[in-house]
Amino acid sequence: MKIIIQVTPRYQFKVPVYAECISPNVFEGKGLEEISRLEVWEGNRRRRLNELFKLELVKDEEGELTINLVGNFSKVRGIGAKMSKGRIIVDGDAGMHLGEGMSGGEIIVNGSAGSWAGGSMRGGRIEIKGSAGDYIGAPYRGSNEGMKAGLIIVHGDAGREVGCLMRGGLVKIYGSVRHFVGINMVDGTIFVRGDCAGKAGAGMRNGRIIICGRIPSVLPTFTIDSIRPNVDVDGERIPGPFYRFIGDIADGGEGKLFVSKVTNPHLSHYEKYLQ
Amino acid sequence: MSLLIKNGFVYDPVNGIDGEVMDIAVEGGRIVEKVDEREAHIIDASGMIVMPGGIDIHTHIAGAEVNSGRLLRPEDHVYDFEPKTAITRSGVGHSIPSTFTTGYRYARMGYTFVCNPSMPPLEARHTHEELEDTPIVDKATFPLLGDWWFVLEYLRDGLIKECAEHVAWMIMATKGYAIKIVNPGGLEAWGFGRNVRDLDDQVPYFNVTPREIIRGLCIVNKILSLPHTIHVHTNRLGQPGNYITTIKTMDCVKDLATSDKPVIHITHCQFSAFKGDSWANMKSGAEDIAKYVNSHSHATLDMGQIIFTDTTTMTADGPWQYTLYELSGNKWVNHDVEVETSSGIVPFRYRRKSYVHATMWSIGLELALLINDPWKIYLTTDHPNGGPFTSYPKIISWLMSRRAREKTLEKINRKARARSLLPSIDRELTFYEIAILTRAGQAKALGLKSKGHLGVGADADIAIYNINPRLVDPARDYKTVRRAFSNAAYTIKGGKIVAKMGEIINVPDGRTYWINFNMDCDVFSQRDLADLRRKFREYWTVEYENYIIPESYLKVSAPITVRVGV
Ligand SMILES: [Zn+2]
Repeated sequence: MKIIIQVTPRYQFKVPVYAECISPNVFEGKGLEEISRLEVWEGNRRRRLNELFKLELVKDEEGELTINLVGNFSKVRGIGAKMSKGRIIVDGDAGMHLGEGMSGGEIIVNGSAGSWAGGSMRGGRIEIKGSAGDYIGAPYRGSNEGMKAGLIIVHGDAGREVGCLMRGGLVKIYGSVRHFVGINMVDGTIFVRGDCAGKAGAGMRNGRIIICGRIPSVLPTFTIDSIRPNVDVDGERIPGPFYRFIGDIADGGEGKLFVSKVTNPHLSHYEKYLQ
Repeated sequence: MSLLIKNGFVYDPVNGIDGEVMDIAVEGGRIVEKVDEREAHIIDASGMIVMPGGIDIHTHIAGAEVNSGRLLRPEDHVYDFEPKTAITRSGVGHSIPSTFTTGYRYARMGYTFVCNPSMPPLEARHTHEELEDTPIVDKATFPLLGDWWFVLEYLRDGLIKECAEHVAWMIMATKGYAIKIVNPGGLEAWGFGRNVRDLDDQVPYFNVTPREIIRGLCIVNKILSLPHTIHVHTNRLGQPGNYITTIKTMDCVKDLATSDKPVIHITHCQFSAFKGDSWANMKSGAEDIAKYVNSHSHATLDMGQIIFTDTTTMTADGPWQYTLYELSGNKWVNHDVEVETSSGIVPFRYRRKSYVHATMWSIGLELALLINDPWKIYLTTDHPNGGPFTSYPKIISWLMSRRAREKTLEKINRKARARSLLPSIDRELTFYEIAILTRAGQAKALGLKSKGHLGVGADADIAIYNINPRLVDPARDYKTVRRAFSNAAYTIKGGKIVAKMGEIINVPDGRTYWINFNMDCDVFSQRDLADLRRKFREYWTVEYENYIIPESYLKVSAPITVRVGV
């Protein structure tokens, strides 16, 4: 029981397209005619939505609005920005700033997403079946308004600075992450099932980072605190054991960094500080 | 082209004109007695207010520090941008707009002259390059001289005449307009990881005190007959209990005033008007400062009003900026400008619900309202430290309307509201007084003879606001006032219409005012010159030859020649 609007690119975009209007909040209550006239930017050119995309009403019944994006949207930025309800399903790749500032609703990407997915998110849910770029959940460059609430799941790998300046909510990466996961985070949880390239939790003040895979080293401004048999993440028990580090001490932080003991035998020298 | 502005309500305090309906004639960029009505472009200003162009005595709009602030804050730009038009450039920035946008935004508000108050001499070239890219408005910039090694050495050795010669050389070399002093002695002490605690605390190594620096430069200022007074950012700025330092600072040069002419300007006084001895019991010192200013005539002030918004603090006061970083935990920049000064930048959000911020908001307005003589205090936010200059219309509405103040009071921190003096102040400024606070008074303090008034011979810098003082009661219709001052109906600069109802229609280059000393003696005796060159070699990363900014470097140079007999 729902309304489904299908959106398909008319051609392969060469320059970035800014399409913050692709959002259930904007589409809601508008006819296809009105939606097709919404404004988007293709590079520095002002365009109508239907000049760039084919719009089709697939199902029209009472209920929640779903926007189904079909095709390559990797150059399309700001999809679902500031949305608070409804669903967006991307059958293909999504571009940067996916769901930026969203406060509710759901985005599912059956492909990969660009950088800043869920940037400054306030609520809602983003699930990316492929991989994601850098700065997952991170605020716009320079801002300190990181992700506050909501859930981001990435089934593949993610890039650098996952959860930068995060203040709440949960980010789950089932693949690996690159450097600086949880940089400057203030609160919230980041769970990484794969490996981390290093520098985890730099500048973190609080919150939790859990790394099940391998990490080359832990920053010297983290101090080992204990070995934990397991960690609970959102009601799910993640089996350990884990080294638990506290940091980033350089910033007076009390963040918790959990690193799997089994996959990181090279960190066993920390154990002598526990006696 | 000649212009005739007909039937406006004219507010021209320098000439004592208080809302009289009259015509203003313009020819050749100046105000004239009359023009040929058949040939002039007629502006029908009936039902509107006509004032001289606005003047800002203290606004950080150009230079290395401002630009570092821009680089530090991409998030300040992302939501506030202006696309280009046929004649204007695109630009960005809420609290630190890009240069062109700065010029347009001032012009839209009816402002035509701005002072960049804090220029490290070493960065003078950069500052002038940015000022050049700030269109429409005229400008002046003040080199920072209070912690300058030469000055400290001369004052330590009691060599006032030599100090004056050197300051004259510095002002000419940097194309400056006035002597700026920031936390005198404190910036040098900061180089040693310290600050000065009071007027009589010694500066490490140099063994001079802030009092000696302020007095010394005040005397130098008199010797050099500079049009503006010394422009002082006090010691202990931003610290609870500093109001007493501010009063002592004004008092320490009282005896140097020989006429009614002021000898010191205390800038962004709000930041220097705190009572109490900690943040918990910090409260307003505005009443004490106002009492002092009301009973003396040797000091002028500007407000440094804060606005509840996200802004960027930037001063030459390195130790204070470090304190702000510690208070906010924000990203920060701190810098030591070789032998000259320091600087720092910290983004900052003033919150209504914060006791300290709400008290600061109250202090700024209390100062402006408790100081009886509007010629002694001017409207500023210390842009962008207290808030962006684009919030001036909001401040005007607070000053003109008790009700506007009450509306904001309702929303602020409860303890701050309970302690605020504002509910006990009935005063509501008139349009005439606003014209003093925003142009006439500032022109007088800056010694600008052809600015800030509409008398015959004055520069034709004029602002026309679409508000009828006979029909609008600013106390009640404060929103109308705010709207009218946000976008001038017409802004006229040098006789040209530059902005019309918020739209920029003409983009002339503004002029750069600087002081050109005509010394009776040779400024640099051979001995001094050799000494100067040697010191450049020893102390600076810049050679003497590359330091001096030639007049040809300024796009539109407007030297004010001052004759001095040192
Ligand atoms: Zn300032």
